[in-house]
Amino acid sequence: MADFLMPSLGADMEAGRLVEWRVKPGDRVERGDIIAVIETDKAAIDVEVWETGTVEALLVEEGTRVPVGTPLARIGSGAATGPVAAPPEPQAETPSAPGPPPLEAVPASERPSLPTSAPAPPPTGRLRVTPLARVRAEELGIDLARVRGTGVEGAITQADVERAASSAPAEPPVGEEPARTLTRPEPAAPPSPAGAPEARSTALRRAIAAAMSRSNRDIPHYYLSMAVDLSSTLSWIERTNQQRPVAERLLPAALFVRAVALATREVPEMNGHYLDGEFRQAEAAHVGFAVAVPGGGLIAPAILEADRKSLGDVMADLRGLVSRARAGTLRSSELSDPTITISSLGERGGVDAVFGIINPPQVALVGFGNIVDRPWAEGGLVGARRQVTLSLSGDHRVSDGHRGSLFLAAIDRLLRNPEQL
Amino acid sequence: MSDAIRPAVERVLHELRPEADLETLPAGADLREELDLDSMDFLNFVIGVHEATGVDIPEADYARVSTLETCLEYLEQHAGA
Repeated sequence: MADFLMPSLGADMEAGRLVEWRVKPGDRVERGDIIAVIETDKAAIDVEVWETGTVEALLVEEGTRVPVGTPLARIGSGAATGPVAAPPEPQAETPSAPGPPPLEAVPASERPSLPTSAPAPPPTGRLRVTPLARVRAEELGIDLARVRGTGVEGAITQADVERAASSAPAEPPVGEEPARTLTRPEPAAPPSPAGAPEARSTALRRAIAAAMSRSNRDIPHYYLSMAVDLSSTLSWIERTNQQRPVAERLLPAALFVRAVALATREVPEMNGHYLDGEFRQAEAAHVGFAVAVPGGGLIAPAILEADRKSLGDVMADLRGLVSRARAGTLRSSELSDPTITISSLGERGGVDAVFGIINPPQVALVGFGNIVDRPWAEGGLVGARRQVTLSLSGDHRVSDGHRGSLFLAAIDRLLRNPEQL
Repeated sequence: MSDAIRPAVERVLHELRPEADLETLPAGADLREELDLDSMDFLNFVIGVHEATGVDIPEADYARVSTLETCLEYLEQHAGA
């Protein structure tokens, strides 16, 4: 028997709101099943369970915000005879369990059932809501189940929420949710004046600031940077893409992920977690990739085992992750596992380098600036080249500038030999 | 033909940026600038357009589909080709 706890879905997460249960007491669950939807300051995440067994009790009601580590559900070993140590079979009686409307079966597909305008029972499927709309609804105190979505496949957009807000004057501008902030076990930002656009970004910035301050306090960072000539690599990508179907085209970011993942094999102390005063090297490279979320904020889902996947598979994963991060449909396993993170500024813009702050408990962050045309000296000649500035934020508790230099040199070498990625 | 293409392209853009109001998109605006599409978004746009219209826009032609107008023009020229 095990308690299923509110997971930490990123270094900056202190609490999460249980948005929706996808299982009910008595349901059989298997490792990897999605059992709940949890909302952090940044996004709504599908949360997977880590053991196989039977749901014995749901301990937290939908809509409740609780700190990381709070037991959310009790998962039994699955012995059909009943719980061994568990007190009275909770099933329908647990006061905190939202017993009544059994949430039918977990929908097999991700496709949501469309919300209706009826306020009645919780929909069995998951509402499709854009992240901005979700936050706006929270600010305005609007129940999303009552909003009619006009977006893609009935998705609720920010405009829908605002329409709902203006047509529902009965609802006070600041709903009961934010108004009760003080009674919550969470130090989150106090709500700004009704529906002020700053409300969300304030909360988001505060969450990010708290996490980054913690990182800066605990981790003695060092920084290195190195310019890499990407000209031939970009030409290789162009040639390769001419032969690939459109859906399999590569972006430089996929090569960045592969190069970083493979480089961790050469300098393994960049890849892992620093916990309880010691470094634990990871078996595989789960590469977090920082994604800008519409409306502000960053989220860094992981490409699992990026050192063991083909370049094409990494690209496919990356495309899926970025889309899911932006749509607010990430899974918990994609968020909690990175062993190293990449922050890439992309192909447009003129920023040379990004020096990131390490995401604890990780011990390294690799930055890629914009890809820019710059003069480049080679063999005594200067020419224009497409280049990117690679940077490393390293953790002095685990490594030093010398090892960091070897790590960057390995990434540089790997990037310039794309056919080996 | 354009009757079918425009809504298809708008649907793809809407899927990428549900919050964006395509009605207010200035004529001739660069889609990437205006909708803040990064290279991943733009790839998804090209993939979506391919699925919706069957037209495969090679990377070399990305510059020719940078605004809604030129994109529609390009697709009309290449649709059914």
